[in-house]
Amino acid sequence: MPLFREPEGSAGVAIRATLKRDLVLMMRRRSEVLNPLVFFALVITLFPIGISPDPELLAAIAPGLLWVAALLAALLSLDSLFRSDYDDGSLEQLLLSPQPLPALALAKVAVHWLLTGLPLALMAPLLGIMLSLPAGSYAVLALSLALGSASLSLIGAIGAALTVGLSRGGVLLSLLVLPLYIPVLIFGAGAVQAAILGDGVSAHLAILGALLAVALSLAPWAIAASLRISING
Amino acid sequence: MSLRLQARKLACERDDRWLFRDLDLDIHAGEIVRVEGPNGSGKTTLLKILSGQLADFQGELYWNDHPMRRTRQDFLANLLYLGHAPGVKAALTPLENLAWYQALAGEPDDEPARFAALASVGLVGFEDLPAGQLSAGQQRRVALARLELIPRPLWVLDEPFTAIDRDGVAALEGRLAAHARRGGCVLVTTHHELADSPALRRIRLGQGGDDAAL
Amino acid sequence: MWAFIHKLGSPKWFYAISARLQPWFWVAAAVLIVIGSAWGLAFAPADYQQGNSFRIIYVHVPAAFLAQSIFVSMAVAGFIFMVWKIKVADMAAAMMAPLGAAMTFVALFSGAVWGVPTWGTWWMWDARLTSMLILLFLYFGVIALRGAFTSRDSASRAASVLAMVGVINIPIIKYSVDWWYTLHQPATFSVTSRPAMPMEMWAPLLIMVLGFYSFFIALTLMRTRSEILRREANKRWVRELAGEVS
Repeated sequence: MPLFREPEGSAGVAIRATLKRDLVLMMRRRSEVLNPLVFFALVITLFPIGISPDPELLAAIAPGLLWVAALLAALLSLDSLFRSDYDDGSLEQLLLSPQPLPALALAKVAVHWLLTGLPLALMAPLLGIMLSLPAGSYAVLALSLALGSASLSLIGAIGAALTVGLSRGGVLLSLLVLPLYIPVLIFGAGAVQAAILGDGVSAHLAILGALLAVALSLAPWAIAASLRISING
Repeated sequence: MSLRLQARKLACERDDRWLFRDLDLDIHAGEIVRVEGPNGSGKTTLLKILSGQLADFQGELYWNDHPMRRTRQDFLANLLYLGHAPGVKAALTPLENLAWYQALAGEPDDEPARFAALASVGLVGFEDLPAGQLSAGQQRRVALARLELIPRPLWVLDEPFTAIDRDGVAALEGRLAAHARRGGCVLVTTHHELADSPALRRIRLGQGGDDAAL
Repeated sequence: MWAFIHKLGSPKWFYAISARLQPWFWVAAAVLIVIGSAWGLAFAPADYQQGNSFRIIYVHVPAAFLAQSIFVSMAVAGFIFMVWKIKVADMAAAMMAPLGAAMTFVALFSGAVWGVPTWGTWWMWDARLTSMLILLFLYFGVIALRGAFTSRDSASRAASVLAMVGVINIPIIKYSVDWWYTLHQPATFSVTSRPAMPMEMWAPLLIMVLGFYSFFIALTLMRTRSEILRREANKRWVRELAGEVS
């Protein structure tokens, strides 16, 4: 056996291992997966109490409310995306791996979406019932949230990567990321609105898909660059 | 295998103060280079620069006589870095931690090798406990198991002796010496006094770095 | 060409060259803004619909132009800094951010003032005003991020990345806000999308826009020069300049 070897495994192996590692980690800290969902339900509960229990009024504002609340819930969990890796030194190791960093970062973001964005999307129709969301828009609500939250995770990860080295990065993260979320919010809530009005939703979903494509092609590089900056301190 | 890490005119400034200036380094295969200096003299910073993590410095780095910018990929493929923080996930078992490192380093997935590596650092029987339940010294040993698991020639180790008991320190010293004998190369910071040997070389960083410049 | 750019990138050189350029931009800014405001406020004809209140465009439009251009220049400077490691570019970007935020605020405030005679309210969720408000938040983000880092190099690079991410997003935000606005209020009168203006109205506007740009360039040069002195205070040429070393 040679004493020293060059790495032989492909990037695919490293990406799969990172996916698996992050999934296992999240499944062992289940409260981190559940907290955004509970937050989502809580915020939705606040609105009828704060505004009015009138079903017609609630139905009118439900698409926007559901989208805004889901967006905030997804934001809530972003800060921890790279935080624990930064604290225990794994992030340095990730950066010094001979594998492409954007791909590894993408794997981490994928896990975040899988355990935050997707559950929020699946839960949204349930909360839609509580807000008397008109029938016929439930599937579109879930679909638009599933698509949109993937973009939110990608854009948010840039902010999380930029602020991971800062001791109080949490509030700053929201300030950086929320303005960038606005296009996704407009087309996501717009899709649900269009479904209620009986208009075609394919245009909205197509635009959400296009936003996701742009985010997928650019965000991994921005995340990688930001992580390299943050490790500098 | 050629192995040469060079730095020319390295300078690093933090908060309007020079940590070091005009630092020339030439590190070859078969050497153990110990970076010495008081707290705050920039030892960790130097190691981070030499391992390619920091960009905020002046001067040039060369890997095997090529500028680092062009050979970064090859450099990373030869590097094993252990930082100040052990990089061990508390919620994962030592075996799971090592499995990730194995995949990240591009090594084939090899469970017996992971068991052997953990055994070599004295963690037999702890393989399947969450690392969070281990002591600080044991967690450090999990990180040190990577030295056994991942065969890379250039080791950059930041305070690897932290939290390790006396037997562990002796074993680690032996491992560093053996690595140098096999043609590897070790760059290390430590407050622990290393035994003198022909392979050992010292680099001293002082306050302000003026003596490093001389 | 490259040698020239790198020479320009050296703080000392930039300091020397900008000293010669700066007065011209100050003069241009003063002359253009005086002519433009006199013409626009006193001599241009009143609008047949809005009367004299339309004259606020002579502040609102140049400020809105600048607000967007400054963000783009900031991102370009950030890109130059990241790729070619030219520190002057970063200093300029750092100096531009507060100015851009101020211009965005001027555009928002003048838009709100304009809203009183036009809509009868200080704030409408008009497409332009909403985009401007989001732009203001983007500026706040860049400024806050730069301030949050202790290491100057990290702060510069982080702000550069965020500015570049922001500049990619600005057109997307603009497009989506316009779309959102037409969907919700299709028939409302929009402040700035107007039928073709007669020459007597847009000529002073053009002069004002040019004046604002000159003002921006002059002020950025001035602020970048003082930032150079601050950051290079330990360098020999600065100390010679200050007469500390002969």
